[in-house]
Amino acid sequence: MSQIAQQVFNALQLGSFYALIALGYSMVYSILMLFNFAHGDVFMVATYIGYFVAVGLLGLVAASMLPLPSWALFVLTLVLTMFLASFVGILVELVAYRPLRDAPRASAAITGLMVGIFMETGVLALLGASRKDFPALIPPQTFQLGPIYVTNLKILTLGMTLLLLVLLYLLIHHTKLGMAMRAMSFDYAVVPLLGIPMNTVISFTFALGSALAGAAGILYGMSYPVLDPYMGVIIGWKAFVAAILGGRGSIFGAVVGGFMLGAIEILVAATMPSTMRDLIAYSIVLLILTFRPYGLFGEEYSARLRL
Amino acid sequence: MSISVSSTPFRRSLRSKLQALRDVPVGSWFLGAALAVLLEWYIGPALAYALGLGQIPAIFGLSLILKKPWLIPSVLLYLVLIYGLPLAVMARLSAGLIRRLEARLSTGVYVGLHLVLLFFLLWAWSSADDYRLLVIRLLAINILATMSLNIVNGWMGEFSVSVAGFMAVGAYVSSVLMVWGFVNDDVFGPPVFPPQLAPMAFPIVLVIAGAVTAFSALAVAIPSFRTRGDYLAIITLAYVFIVRSFFENMEFIGGPRGFMNQPEVAGFPMVFFWTVFGIWVMRNYVTSILGKATNAVRDNESAAEMMTINTRAVKITAFLTHAFWAGVAGGLYAHVIGYINPATFDIRRSAEILGMLYLGGLNSITGSLLGPVLFMFLSEVLRPFQLLKWLVIPVILIYAMIRRPRGLMGFQELRIPFLERRRIAREEEKLHGAAGD
Repeated sequence: MSQIAQQVFNALQLGSFYALIALGYSMVYSILMLFNFAHGDVFMVATYIGYFVAVGLLGLVAASMLPLPSWALFVLTLVLTMFLASFVGILVELVAYRPLRDAPRASAAITGLMVGIFMETGVLALLGASRKDFPALIPPQTFQLGPIYVTNLKILTLGMTLLLLVLLYLLIHHTKLGMAMRAMSFDYAVVPLLGIPMNTVISFTFALGSALAGAAGILYGMSYPVLDPYMGVIIGWKAFVAAILGGRGSIFGAVVGGFMLGAIEILVAATMPSTMRDLIAYSIVLLILTFRPYGLFGEEYSARLRL
Repeated sequence: MSISVSSTPFRRSLRSKLQALRDVPVGSWFLGAALAVLLEWYIGPALAYALGLGQIPAIFGLSLILKKPWLIPSVLLYLVLIYGLPLAVMARLSAGLIRRLEARLSTGVYVGLHLVLLFFLLWAWSSADDYRLLVIRLLAINILATMSLNIVNGWMGEFSVSVAGFMAVGAYVSSVLMVWGFVNDDVFGPPVFPPQLAPMAFPIVLVIAGAVTAFSALAVAIPSFRTRGDYLAIITLAYVFIVRSFFENMEFIGGPRGFMNQPEVAGFPMVFFWTVFGIWVMRNYVTSILGKATNAVRDNESAAEMMTINTRAVKITAFLTHAFWAGVAGGLYAHVIGYINPATFDIRRSAEILGMLYLGGLNSITGSLLGPVLFMFLSEVLRPFQLLKWLVIPVILIYAMIRRPRGLMGFQELRIPFLERRRIAREEEKLHGAAGD
């Protein structure tokens, strides 16, 4: 019993990362109808940004120029990283997608892939092949809840993810920009006629997705503190699968898909040899898509999706 | 009054020169290239030594220029003396003769002769240097893979990324069969058949490998009945991950450590034959009525279905053809390199081949040739930069996609004047025949 509860927490933690990154794919898709194939690498770059922000802030604290408790440090790191990461997303859109907005979508997919490779190589060239260790922003603690042991990191990851999801919901449904995003995902052609600045909204969507990827990067870095330039490839593609699993462009679907993929992976890892994890997980995804070809919450013909 | 740039005398004379070059028959270019290859074979090493290049510049000396810029004059001189001059002179001189000869040939003989000439040209050129031999074989394999991918992504309009997975299946199946049959190996024990038969058996093994790959591609083809576009893309993506994970878990063929000991059966003639044969088969496929049906499914599936096209048959044929030839390409790759591991065929390789495809252009046989040639050329020229190569190539590809979103030759073919004339003549004959009835 306690084993199962333990694994549930693991699944929720892993699912949180996938969900946060998958949101970036889905939001962009719902507006531009294309997948931002560079998003996995945006997540990677964001994690590196988070690393440098964390190291810098910790350095300031160590030099006692910034007297902050560890929770405030964490929040500051998170906010700064999300802010900086959003520019990565804006830049990617500017370089890879804006010039190709009227081109065939596959061409945009290629530029996205190439921007991804560029970012991987760029980080590798700038920082070298040695892996970076993410600093511990918050001293690890283990709580005992009845028979199960939970680290504070897991609770923090889950709580932060839920908080961000609530904030995202409020942003999309109760602000003007959010309304513009929903309008664009509802009808891409009419929106510019209504005087809504299309490019701003698109940039904002990319920024939002990247900021969430930045948050995922911080949480991921704290949980698995080894960073390397190819981490975005593995996590990013899995989050992409999660976004599809939920139904393209559906925000709710992306979150559910993320948690579901996390659950599948943890389930496989807990019951079978760990090398089988990808094999079984992707086979399950293949089966689900064979029987529900449009994802769990996607619709067959309305490609325009609900934010 | 303004004078547009394109009509300046210089531009006009350049254009007329280019037009004159266009009229030189392909055969003359081949003859010129043959002379260049002969020259390089006999005086190339001596000239390279005299110019201070050490050895003959492998890929036209471009990587040498980037590495040692002070050698630029020598390399340029070498290129002009060995390639430029013979090519220009020979093409010019033989143009009339070749044109007269051409007129007597039937179309089939014309194409056959050119292929034979191309084969010997490339073989002689690449035999001068081991590195060239490797690059040219990898190029042929990439062309085969790109062309096969073009059937699904170009002619059928899907976005499949599973080419690396197909190559992996083909590579593993063919390697296991060859090693089991013809090599004394730690895993599979003594050879089952006499090892001398290996080169003869290799084509059969390749066909088996292609067939197995095509069978495994049913995992992608059957979902394609019900779904299109992005969801199909994710299924093909999942296929790549599943295949990779599958081979990583197959401990008896090396798991993640990889599999080696493949016999050396994939020399240049073998690779060239399979590439030309594959392109020929796929060309017939895409120009046939089935190819038109594939285009119809791309443009409007419901309308195609109403015009009595069996869309399922079309989809399954396209995917299976893609998988078969990608599997053959993978099998050739395994035997050219002599070592494979699951990481060789990860999503990055798919991205590379997609890059070649979209650079060359969709729905175009010429594009499937041009894309890999340019991509491989870039990649080999930039090899001395190692890591930075992967910073430069994406930038170039992004620029190319922005300038030409449909790729260099998307939806068009290179017209060879001779074949074009023959085609027109044939069609006119058909018209007159019909009028006569």
